[in-house]
Amino acid sequence: MKQGGNRQTEKLLMERSVPGRVGTVLPDLDVPAQAMPDSALLRDELPLPEVSEPEVVQYFTGLSLLNFSIDTHFYPLGSCTMKYNPKVNDEIAFLPGFAGIHPMQPVEQSQGALDLLHRLQGFLGEITGLPAVSLATLAGAHGELGGMLMIRAHHLANGDTGRTKVAIPDSAHGTNPASAAMAGFNVVELASDKNGNVDLEGLRQVAGPDLAGVMITLPSTLGLFDTNIVEVCRIVHEAGGLVYGDGANMNALLGRVKLGDLGFDVAHLNLHKTFSTPHGGGGPGAGPVCATQQLAPYLAAPTVTKQGGAFALSTPEKSIGKLSSFHGNFGVLVRAYTYIRTLGDAGIQSISANAVLNANYMMNALRGTYHLPYDRTCMHEAVFSADLQKERGSSGLEIAKRLLDYGFHAPTMYFPLIVHEALMIEPTESETKETIDAFIQALIDIDREVTENTELVNSAPHSTPVARLDEARAARQPDLRWKPEAAA
Amino acid sequence: MTSTRPNITGANGDHFQSHYIPNTTSEQAEMLASLGLDSIDQLFTDIPAEFRDPALDLPAPLSELDIQRELGDLAAKNRPLSSGPSFLGAGSYNHFIPAIIKPLITRGEFLTAYTPYQAEASQGTLQVIYEFQTLICNLYGMEVANAGMYDGATSLAEAALMACRVTKREKVVLADTVSPTYAAVIRTYCQSQDIAVETVSPSAPNLDAKTACLVLQYPNFFGYIEDLQSLADAAHAQGALAVISCDPTAMGMFQTPGHYGADIVTGDGQPLGIPASYGGPYVGLFATKQEYIRQMPSRLSGRTVDKNGKTGYVLTLQTREQHIRRERATSNICTNEALYALASTIYLAAMGKQGLRQVAELCYHKAHYAAEKIGRLPGYSLPMSGPFFQEFVVQCPSSPTEINKKLIERNIMGGLDVSDQVPNGMLLCVTEMNSREDIDALITALSEFK
Repeated sequence: MKQGGNRQTEKLLMERSVPGRVGTVLPDLDVPAQAMPDSALLRDELPLPEVSEPEVVQYFTGLSLLNFSIDTHFYPLGSCTMKYNPKVNDEIAFLPGFAGIHPMQPVEQSQGALDLLHRLQGFLGEITGLPAVSLATLAGAHGELGGMLMIRAHHLANGDTGRTKVAIPDSAHGTNPASAAMAGFNVVELASDKNGNVDLEGLRQVAGPDLAGVMITLPSTLGLFDTNIVEVCRIVHEAGGLVYGDGANMNALLGRVKLGDLGFDVAHLNLHKTFSTPHGGGGPGAGPVCATQQLAPYLAAPTVTKQGGAFALSTPEKSIGKLSSFHGNFGVLVRAYTYIRTLGDAGIQSISANAVLNANYMMNALRGTYHLPYDRTCMHEAVFSADLQKERGSSGLEIAKRLLDYGFHAPTMYFPLIVHEALMIEPTESETKETIDAFIQALIDIDREVTENTELVNSAPHSTPVARLDEARAARQPDLRWKPEAAA
Repeated sequence: MTSTRPNITGANGDHFQSHYIPNTTSEQAEMLASLGLDSIDQLFTDIPAEFRDPALDLPAPLSELDIQRELGDLAAKNRPLSSGPSFLGAGSYNHFIPAIIKPLITRGEFLTAYTPYQAEASQGTLQVIYEFQTLICNLYGMEVANAGMYDGATSLAEAALMACRVTKREKVVLADTVSPTYAAVIRTYCQSQDIAVETVSPSAPNLDAKTACLVLQYPNFFGYIEDLQSLADAAHAQGALAVISCDPTAMGMFQTPGHYGADIVTGDGQPLGIPASYGGPYVGLFATKQEYIRQMPSRLSGRTVDKNGKTGYVLTLQTREQHIRRERATSNICTNEALYALASTIYLAAMGKQGLRQVAELCYHKAHYAAEKIGRLPGYSLPMSGPFFQEFVVQCPSSPTEINKKLIERNIMGGLDVSDQVPNGMLLCVTEMNSREDIDALITALSEFK
């Protein structure tokens, strides 16, 4: 049977509703009933489902079974660092002393939480070599916005109002240009050279008095360490700009090099990638911002400071302001702290060592079967092109979908944009050699299938709860919620 | 703290084998041999030598037992809501959370999945998002909702930016009864985009033909319900949008913002089954009218069919989003809070039509019971009037912060000190979690503090 039965999940909540069923019993009112407000203020209908508790549990459990996940499948989704998410981190984040504390309770009643946040700021500052840290941003892109607003504030504080441009490599994540635009900058694209590094000549051309800064992902989304990085930082600094680091790929660099040493001025980390906090099907994440001491006054509020023996929430002197309702995604921060504390210095370095080893081992085993547009030592991930397979009739998309039939989640497809038919594969440090070997064999088998049975590959997946979906129809006739008339 | 790089390749016998990393030294050696290498260090030579392998000043590894002890000790230094009555609200609310939520959201299949880009392998997450979109629309009386935003403040800021795109205007007007932190986040989001942010009193909203939107909160920051119909009408009369941040729990009994003609409705999903967790992770709610859908930020799950005609779900209208549109996207948002959209969906399913109404009514009656009694205590008064839901402002006879310190001695967490806005004002919140005994203890204590 295909995973996840239809019977259990086919009907939506509103379709399951039976008048009179309840999913929760609440206590009776224990104070005298009070006068109700004007009935014009009250709603008539409350169109929510009426289902019993067992139905709710069975329905959502059934839905969960339709997913691939790290706990159930190898998930080598490039640039996402789908590593094992330790269970003890969840257990600790759920302790009443962490999950059950109110964000506005007096700091005297939250000293343990603040101590933890203060220590985490220290760890992240040490790992990046950028010692000024704010934990208030809630995802990678949110950190990018915070970091770019800091760069803007820095230039404005220097009376430097003409720095309107931000240069971003053509291999960057889409969030980079989107965040720079939200921070009010015009985006200029930087070409990559034939080795996958930032093209220095192109950079020199844009490095003028209107350059606010550059946004660099290191290693790049090609999975490569930019060997020109020190020169990139020097050129930008000489032009008066600042260097932003997108830390999405930090798993490769943990304990191996510090961004601050290389010349980065400000960077974000993705705790839901590098630091193992569960991705939850699309969040929560956390995107702390780490910066040089020079930029510390601009950090997003609040930061945690230690005054005497006590911890406090503070607003940096020239802060860009608040970027979230409270103090950041605390539950995620607790998990990341627990992870770093558990692994310690040796474990942190073991992450990058094994992530990079696994990626290179896999890349080497597939070299010759799949085209490698940048054939260099890779870092934590390798980017292949399915050009060779496309000539025989199957695209990168089709190979990715076929992998699902082998019980592996697909790699990231068609990204970065500068590689045709890109397949970006990130095995992470937490998978066994046996799993990686089985994955390599699957990709070799699929390559053979492309020749011998193209249709089998091109009609994949065959074993998932649904076959290939009609995305064009979804966009042309958007059906974005259940409506009663649609049920008839 | 160590200051030298520990050996991790096992060459001199002090190899550290983490329980999260399977490779043994002999497997490493085997893999390196396939690459023609003898050391992992050889994989890192693209890093300039002068910066490679810096000293790393982190503590040594800990066992799971040790980490549980250390963090258990840190957690014990905080006062959890469960340790005594609490009357704090102000954007994070203490509501009953059904026991089914935690085991369901911590199922690895939900917890450890990525964003559902690979639809065939992510139908569970995609169908959950579709359910979430349905229930949020139903709750708010709106036509379309997205798959979630970060939190209440950022949802509202994104709504203000969206209103500027829709109206092609560059002035955001905030009611001065909107949460001060939400207002601060709106200012941060607008500062770099040449969007002016003005504040008005909802009793006399001064709008003009340059106004992109009027931003309101329902109930407002102080807990009270404003004349949303006239305010929305005033916005529309100037061609501006009505943007309303709305507490989802209040929707168990009060009229929907959609009913008043709201164009964009946002909220924080925290009251829907999400623990206070010192302020996050929560989930931002975001709903609008069908006509504005192409200007909406964040993800959407759409129902479609597979090639065999079977119903399935995909992320859709992605040309709005950063991974396609890059600097011209409606927002930079990517990872948001999907797991807590799931928690809210389970909560709304478990509460259902009757449960959410009951929760709202319990909050309403208990809060009004408390307000009525406290308002009659000597030295205390209720400086605001009008209908309210579960929060209200009390004017105290002395500094609310000082009163809160005395309350804590009796193991009662008082309300938020809002004396910067209301002289000696304390914003109290009463929910279904507060028993009559708790409320009476608060009233008794307050009566003794002058």
